[in-house]
Amino acid sequence: MVRSSADRGINRGDQIGMMFFRSFIFFLGVLATLLIGWAGLVGIPNMMISEVQPPKGLERYTYEQSFGRSIYIREGCLYCHSQQVRPVGYGADQARFWGRPSVPADYIYDKPHLLGTMRTGPDLFNIGARQPSEEWHLLHLYNPRIVSPGSVMPPFPWLFEEKITAGPEDKVVALPDSIAPKGKVIVATAEGRALIAYLIGMNHTYPVSQASASNDTTKKK
Amino acid sequence: MAVQTITKEPFVSFASDAAEDVSEKQVRVQIDESVTSPVVLYFATGIGWLLFGSLAGLAAAIKFNLPEWLGGTPFLTFGRIRPVHLNTVMYGWASLAGAGMIVWLTGRLCRVAVQKTWALYVSAILWNLGVLFGVVSLFFGYNQGMEWLEFPRPAGGLIALGFLFFAYSIISTFRKRQVEHLYVSLWYILASMLWFPILYTVANLGIYDGVTEAAMNWWFAHNALAVWFTPVGLAGAYYFIPKVIGRPIYSYYLGLLGFWAFALFYNWNGIHHLVGGPLPTWLVTVSIVASVMMFVPVMAVAVNHHLTTLGHFRMLKYSPTLRFVVFGSMSYTAVSLQGSIESLRSFSEVAHFTHYTIGHAHLGVYGFLSMILFGAVYYIMPRIAKWEWPYPKLIKLHFWMSAGGIALYVIAMCIGGWIQGTMMNDPSLPFIASVNATKSYLWARSVGGTMMLIGHLVFAYQFVLIIYRSGPARYVPAWFEVRPTAALTGETKSA
Repeated sequence: MVRSSADRGINRGDQIGMMFFRSFIFFLGVLATLLIGWAGLVGIPNMMISEVQPPKGLERYTYEQSFGRSIYIREGCLYCHSQQVRPVGYGADQARFWGRPSVPADYIYDKPHLLGTMRTGPDLFNIGARQPSEEWHLLHLYNPRIVSPGSVMPPFPWLFEEKITAGPEDKVVALPDSIAPKGKVIVATAEGRALIAYLIGMNHTYPVSQASASNDTTKKK
Repeated sequence: MAVQTITKEPFVSFASDAAEDVSEKQVRVQIDESVTSPVVLYFATGIGWLLFGSLAGLAAAIKFNLPEWLGGTPFLTFGRIRPVHLNTVMYGWASLAGAGMIVWLTGRLCRVAVQKTWALYVSAILWNLGVLFGVVSLFFGYNQGMEWLEFPRPAGGLIALGFLFFAYSIISTFRKRQVEHLYVSLWYILASMLWFPILYTVANLGIYDGVTEAAMNWWFAHNALAVWFTPVGLAGAYYFIPKVIGRPIYSYYLGLLGFWAFALFYNWNGIHHLVGGPLPTWLVTVSIVASVMMFVPVMAVAVNHHLTTLGHFRMLKYSPTLRFVVFGSMSYTAVSLQGSIESLRSFSEVAHFTHYTIGHAHLGVYGFLSMILFGAVYYIMPRIAKWEWPYPKLIKLHFWMSAGGIALYVIAMCIGGWIQGTMMNDPSLPFIASVNATKSYLWARSVGGTMMLIGHLVFAYQFVLIIYRSGPARYVPAWFEVRPTAALTGETKSA
């Protein structure tokens, strides 16, 4: 039940004006909080980082690598693999030789970003440098447990096809005899080849200048 | 004397000084009748997505135990089922059920029939189409590649449009309000009506590249919680706890402090998802500071909710709604304090990149938000369906399956994740050791997930019964146990 405003000696017009004013202040405050947050966390950093120049050693993705990157997104690799190397003294990335700490300039050609937030599997920022073998990647994508016992990674058989004989361009999966199909070979499809091209191309071992290394390196042991 | 008993129905603070009479009750009945169909539509479709989303989540969980299981088809690979799970439970279940609850709450709190109900039907249809389109796209691999923003643009657009229609109805109702005082729940509801469209628009501007896109991604993802999901849950907790117990909220001023501190600090939190990442140090530090500052709104809300409940724990024995909602509000305190600590660099060094984060996320979205939504559905449905829940024992089963399941889930993932992080940070161990160490915890997680799914099936079954008014007729509220005072006073208040 609405209490009568006359009880409290307030003019009805003033009261509506007051209610309107209070709602206005409320919505203004609500709007301001969100937009200030956006400016601080996204807007200002966007201006700062937009001046970053691409490092000399970083190459643009080839067409095949870009296609491979879209397969990486399609199959949801980012839910288990990060693409960022932590700084010295923070975690064991350095001790595991996963590469120098990543910097904003390393990601200049990445859209969408694939930094990731999970390491069910290892970081892939330098997987091309760490594991350049095409043969290994073929086996690993066909069935991860062939080369990495205990892995919980899913197999990706639809990136491969069975053939009677492999053509000259085909990448054949070097399956052990025990699991190889009789009289047939398994070769990578165009999608599989592109994904491997992307993975092997992922090599950020080139040097970057100290100035661009403005990453989150506060913690020093 | 009959009138006297009706006035025992507790009322929240804003009207507690108004003398209640039979016409008061009629006003409430009219308000409830104005929203019956839209609320049932929101709840029913939300529960549909809950079942589907839980199945997807459970399948994704089991894939950690049996990586080859359902591994032959691209549609069911882990990397597609996981985003299907997240997006259906967030944008399908939690959003639609939350919208249903908000519609009902807004009518009650503005003490007026909900306006522009046609917009609510349009909203529910657009929203469901958006989720459906998005889910099918994800199965086919059309993923935008950013967590929480996976749905292709058209699907996201349909949902955003649905939200605008929804907000239109809520704000129209607010403008017709018959109350002078705005209750705390309404602040959260109104703020989110404004926040969510802005958040979504700004996130989709497409002006971000490289690492700023990552900053935007996590600003958005964390803020989806800050400007939509958490306000929904808190609006529910602020309403149902005092309502069921029958006393006003502990402190209005703490509510005020909690709201504005929440608005100020929460939307600065997102970048703690990128601790140790290739972003400017100050940016991550700002987010950590804001995350720790969340202690202020969280403690204000915690004191308010828990001190309102204090001394009335006996009620948890009887009221299903209160049991779910109090579980939810306790989870909110726990998950928020955990989150503040988790954002610290030293803690993140171990917990980041591990299953610990997954456990934390589920404590928030399930332990807090979903439990409050369950409580809300149990409270609202008898009032709009004019039929009591037929089987209180099934409500009890649902509660214990959900509560036990989420407890097992969170404990297993937090312990397993911590061990995983510790081993990952020990370079003397091979990386695969951190995978193998988590396996038994991941099995426990699957068991917890199965329990939750059973709870949801029981919930959905009884929901179908109540909308068709089937099952044994019940003329007293579906309390868990016969409530002595209710039996004495002849109170006819629903669960």
